[in-house]
Amino acid sequence: MTHTTSHGSTDLQLPRSVRVELTVNGQPKQLELDPRVSLLDALREHLHLTGTKKGCDHGQCGACTVLVGGKRLNSCLSLAVMHDGDEVTTIESLGTPDDLHPMQAAFVECDGFQCGYCTPGQIMSALGTLDELERGIPSHVTADLNTVEYSDDEVRERMSGNICRCAAYPNIVRAVRSVHEGGQE
Amino acid sequence: MKAFEYVRAEDAAQAPGLLAEGGKYLAGGTNLLDLMKLQIEAPAQLVDLNRSGLAEITETEEGGLKIGALVRNTDLAAHPRVRQEYAVLSRAILAGASGQIRNRATTGGNLLQRTRCPYFYDTNLPCNKREPGTGCGALAGFSRPLAVIGTSEHCIANYPGDMAVALRVLDATIQTLKADGSRREIPIGDFHRLPGDTPHIDTVLESGELITSVTLPPPLGGQHIYLKARDRQSYAFALVSVAAVVTDSGARVAFGGVAPKPWRVESAEARWNEGAQAVTDAAFKDARPTAQNAFKLDLAQRLVQAVMNETQSAGTPEGGAA
Amino acid sequence: MSKFDSPAGINPLDQEKVLARPHARKEGPLKVTGQATYAYEYSADPDLQGTTYGYLVGAGVARGQVTSVDCSVAEAMPGVLLVLTHENMPAQGASDTPVPQEDDATPQMRSAEVDYYHQAVAFVVAETFEQARAAAGALVIEYDNRTAEGDYVLAEVMEDAEKAGSDEESKDQQVGDFAGAFRRADVQLDVTYTTPYQSHAMLEPHASLAVWDEAGEELTLYTSNQMVHWVHRGISKTLNVPQKNIRIVSRYIGGGFGSKLMFYGDAVLSAVAARTLGRPVKCALTRPQIFNHTSHRPATVQRIRFGADGDGRIHAIGHDSYSGNLPGGSAETASHQTKLLYAGENRLVRQRLSELHLPPGGSMRAPGEAVGMLALECAVDELAEKLEMDPIELRVLNDIGYDPEKGPERPFSSRRLADCLRRGAEEFGWEQRSAQPGERRDGEWLIGLGVASAFRGNLVKPSSATLRLEKGGKITVETQMTDIGTGSYTILGQTAAEMLGLTLDDVEVRLGDSEFPKSSGSGGSWGANSAGTGVYYAAEELRKKIAKAAGYDPKKAVFKDGEVWEDNKCTLLGVVAAKAPEPLEATVNATFGDLNKQYAQASFGAHFCEVGVHRVTGEIRVRRMLSVAAAGRIFNPVTARSQCLGGMTMGVGAALMEELHVDGELGLFINHDMAEYHVPVHADIPDLDVIFLEELDDKSSPLKGKGVGELGICGVGAAVANAIYNASGVRIRDYPLTVDKILAGWASRSGSQGR
Repeated sequence: MTHTTSHGSTDLQLPRSVRVELTVNGQPKQLELDPRVSLLDALREHLHLTGTKKGCDHGQCGACTVLVGGKRLNSCLSLAVMHDGDEVTTIESLGTPDDLHPMQAAFVECDGFQCGYCTPGQIMSALGTLDELERGIPSHVTADLNTVEYSDDEVRERMSGNICRCAAYPNIVRAVRSVHEGGQE
Repeated sequence: MKAFEYVRAEDAAQAPGLLAEGGKYLAGGTNLLDLMKLQIEAPAQLVDLNRSGLAEITETEEGGLKIGALVRNTDLAAHPRVRQEYAVLSRAILAGASGQIRNRATTGGNLLQRTRCPYFYDTNLPCNKREPGTGCGALAGFSRPLAVIGTSEHCIANYPGDMAVALRVLDATIQTLKADGSRREIPIGDFHRLPGDTPHIDTVLESGELITSVTLPPPLGGQHIYLKARDRQSYAFALVSVAAVVTDSGARVAFGGVAPKPWRVESAEARWNEGAQAVTDAAFKDARPTAQNAFKLDLAQRLVQAVMNETQSAGTPEGGAA
Repeated sequence: MSKFDSPAGINPLDQEKVLARPHARKEGPLKVTGQATYAYEYSADPDLQGTTYGYLVGAGVARGQVTSVDCSVAEAMPGVLLVLTHENMPAQGASDTPVPQEDDATPQMRSAEVDYYHQAVAFVVAETFEQARAAAGALVIEYDNRTAEGDYVLAEVMEDAEKAGSDEESKDQQVGDFAGAFRRADVQLDVTYTTPYQSHAMLEPHASLAVWDEAGEELTLYTSNQMVHWVHRGISKTLNVPQKNIRIVSRYIGGGFGSKLMFYGDAVLSAVAARTLGRPVKCALTRPQIFNHTSHRPATVQRIRFGADGDGRIHAIGHDSYSGNLPGGSAETASHQTKLLYAGENRLVRQRLSELHLPPGGSMRAPGEAVGMLALECAVDELAEKLEMDPIELRVLNDIGYDPEKGPERPFSSRRLADCLRRGAEEFGWEQRSAQPGERRDGEWLIGLGVASAFRGNLVKPSSATLRLEKGGKITVETQMTDIGTGSYTILGQTAAEMLGLTLDDVEVRLGDSEFPKSSGSGGSWGANSAGTGVYYAAEELRKKIAKAAGYDPKKAVFKDGEVWEDNKCTLLGVVAAKAPEPLEATVNATFGDLNKQYAQASFGAHFCEVGVHRVTGEIRVRRMLSVAAAGRIFNPVTARSQCLGGMTMGVGAALMEELHVDGELGLFINHDMAEYHVPVHADIPDLDVIFLEELDDKSSPLKGKGVGELGICGVGAAVANAIYNASGVRIRDYPLTVDKILAGWASRSGSQGR
């Protein structure tokens, strides 16, 4: 029995590169990109901002989470060219090891990670989560869709698109809570 | 991912004119790019709709809502009138995917979400939906997550989404713009096709036809409930989901995860007062489950029972646990 | 060389000024800012910006032979530099099994044979990732497909199973007259449990970046791997390149859980391609490839038999475990813990192995116990119910202080199982449990409590380290040891700081580089204890050198507050360093004697779980969990707690959702992505509690600790399952416990299809 695996015909012409202008962490960036380049790979492979991680490349893990126009998304499921003109915020913009952003400091303090690979995505997603709560966006666990309030269960549901196989989940929830409470003071 | 030409549509009206042979529209990208990376989809051209407008939610003259095709899932679920008057839609959307994906996924795109059948997702494996004529690997293989009704001998893939299940109970209509510039309205119930012997065609959309909006009729009132059973508590596709709107005059109910399309049988709704078993017996009369997914019939009935328990204060039969 | 072969006496670590205290992770600030560099990311270095992209192509059939690969289209595509197939691969070292073996050669595409689905059949290198991926998709590969000849279903082949092997874990335990004692027992239990294939699903894919020198003689391989010395030797043997010409760098590892004990196509093919091209090549396996191309935890079928008297004393205990693997692969030793965990004078414990042609099975977090305890600890719960005993009392009654096979002459080095169970019962509110299932309710939810013992054998491995006194008086620790999230950077720093009277900030820890002394690596929960012992002995040696350099008697020298003291004289370490004519450093290889033969050694614990089962839909929610652990000295309560949280969560996954589904015709794991292979997400996991009992184990290591990294997963899924039974009345013996099985259980009880 013969079995062939083939993925069909192909094209021999070089894909046209396209010009993409992004504002990344406040800095304007001009790139000439193959249109197939994901926003994630534009960050990692072209801008060498490797803080944003590739865990699955299919929107199934959340490690690639960044903010675009202030909202969180999976950068693996966007083409860079779709974001021409957009403002992109990555983990690198938040703080440095010597001067951590409060969310980064809370993750260290609460041990909200182990291997660290999902961590930048968790942190960016946590910022997006707090913003979405602030803006009154409901979630699956919001009892009354018209009343959105902070709770640990809200954080757990909203952060569920960020998988942590080391399972620092309880510590992450604690870190997010501490930042939320800090912001309330 | 094969090379493609990238074109940006600045205006939805011009989009069909931009679309070339073998091209596809690109909206949120959350499903299409996933499939392109695996070469399950290989468009020669992408027409990016993200700057083409179509992102508004407006009131219709009849008192309903017109939802632009590019409205993101998050924005639709959070819209004040949707929350208050079409809560089943908010609930369904919020039960799906993740916050990140909902921020990108669009109303039109979500309707076109393709199956999660694992045979469809691997280009080495037989799949009539992906590659007609190669067979259905799932029929004799792993079928636990797949459809129990509306299937054919060629395909048992299910429609995986949540939003459309709610749209189905709300009797939404879909507005489109065809390549020739004409427009049409498609009732949601007619939008997704059953596989028959052409399982590779998911919907009635013609080549180049663009979804421009989805219209909700005036609110139904009543209680809006969306229940979704899945293998983990979030970020998973439905084993079975139920969208229900229960009013004094009756109930509407549609099921997700069980069929190639959101599954609603109006005649089953008429039996609401006879109890959950009567409803699901009627809704799944012609079910042809596999040994692996027959449990979905029981689960569907139990979810209907749970809906009934939630809408009725008394007289809640046990689910079999006691 | 320093050998740990007699129980540890009092040593400087007992001060516990730095060790055994909570410290945030040393490398934490790098990880939370995205500055910790993982293997694939080194190409951001300006020197490596010409790095090319490799894309692996996995076999499209489970068994057969590649008959042709048409590369013509792919090779003509833009940016494509190289297509490797079995036809143009250079000679490689041989292996007699397709299953990767520790430090052995793991050749890729050595022939046209395909042994398992997604085994490498081609490797495409291009200037960009997008070009390589597209060209990989343009290859036309033909096979002589012999999938139908393979066996893929354990239940169909286990009757022909053979003994799993001759090593300690695999060999049979036969004590007394099991068959007779079982037959005569007042109360008998004979149950069979099954556990599914599972995937490690760590977040960082297997990834490698290979860089050769200009002559193509010396290789630097950045790779995500738990065991630097294994991959070092294994790559050397695979490529036929002397080990001294190879450098392995693995500083940060995005999770492994056993998957990265071995190396795979990304490492070998990147190295081969980079040498062929004379340019750096990097490759990360794609997520859908990982599930079949790399290893997994094998499925098991486990038969457990207990014969007890009416008082609950176990007199006969039997545990047979069946699993499968490719030829040459090893068994999942799921019954191993049963040799040691409970009393019983008649014992029959066996491991059996069948040949299967699924992808290679390997170690996943707590191989053996993780799934063995899923079965054993549910069976104990079943036995307790038959005896009408509390399951904690039954476990305590059958607690035993020594190896039940060898007798009192082989006592446990330390064993606080009963204390863990008792303390947990008190903290968790065990008295709230109703022995009768289905009696507690909270709204629509049936509430149940479950308990299980935790057991993980304690392993130690030789490990060496270099400690150096730097000019400023700080210490640098260097070892090949890795940190896969387990806390090695922090714990080794704490150990060195304690030994030398410094703070944790005074110690720099450098790991994951084959330039450093060989270490235990990370696996089997042996890492902290073993690598820590290497640091301990190196520190002892360095203390002597520093004392001598300061002019003090090494035997009397005391290290505290950054100074070395003798009586009332003291010198700052920085001053000693500044005055020393040559750098003061010590490299020591720590080895272990036969204390683990003299003493049975294991970590113990108890898991408690409260679940809700929806009375109508059968959906399951974990509501509360507590693990109590006794694992010797807890080197860092922060990182140890996190290891337990991780194990508990993975245990919840094993109990409720994790399963690689086999297509028995096509011979592969079919749900090969993270959307369909479900691991727990945030919403599945409530706040979890962990309590460590005080314990020092002086027979385990000079650090007096035992393994803790895997203890959290051992037994926890059984506590979940027992809680589900207590809530729902449904006893499911086929993991994972998904909603369909709850409904089936209710249906069979009511005999009415559950309608």
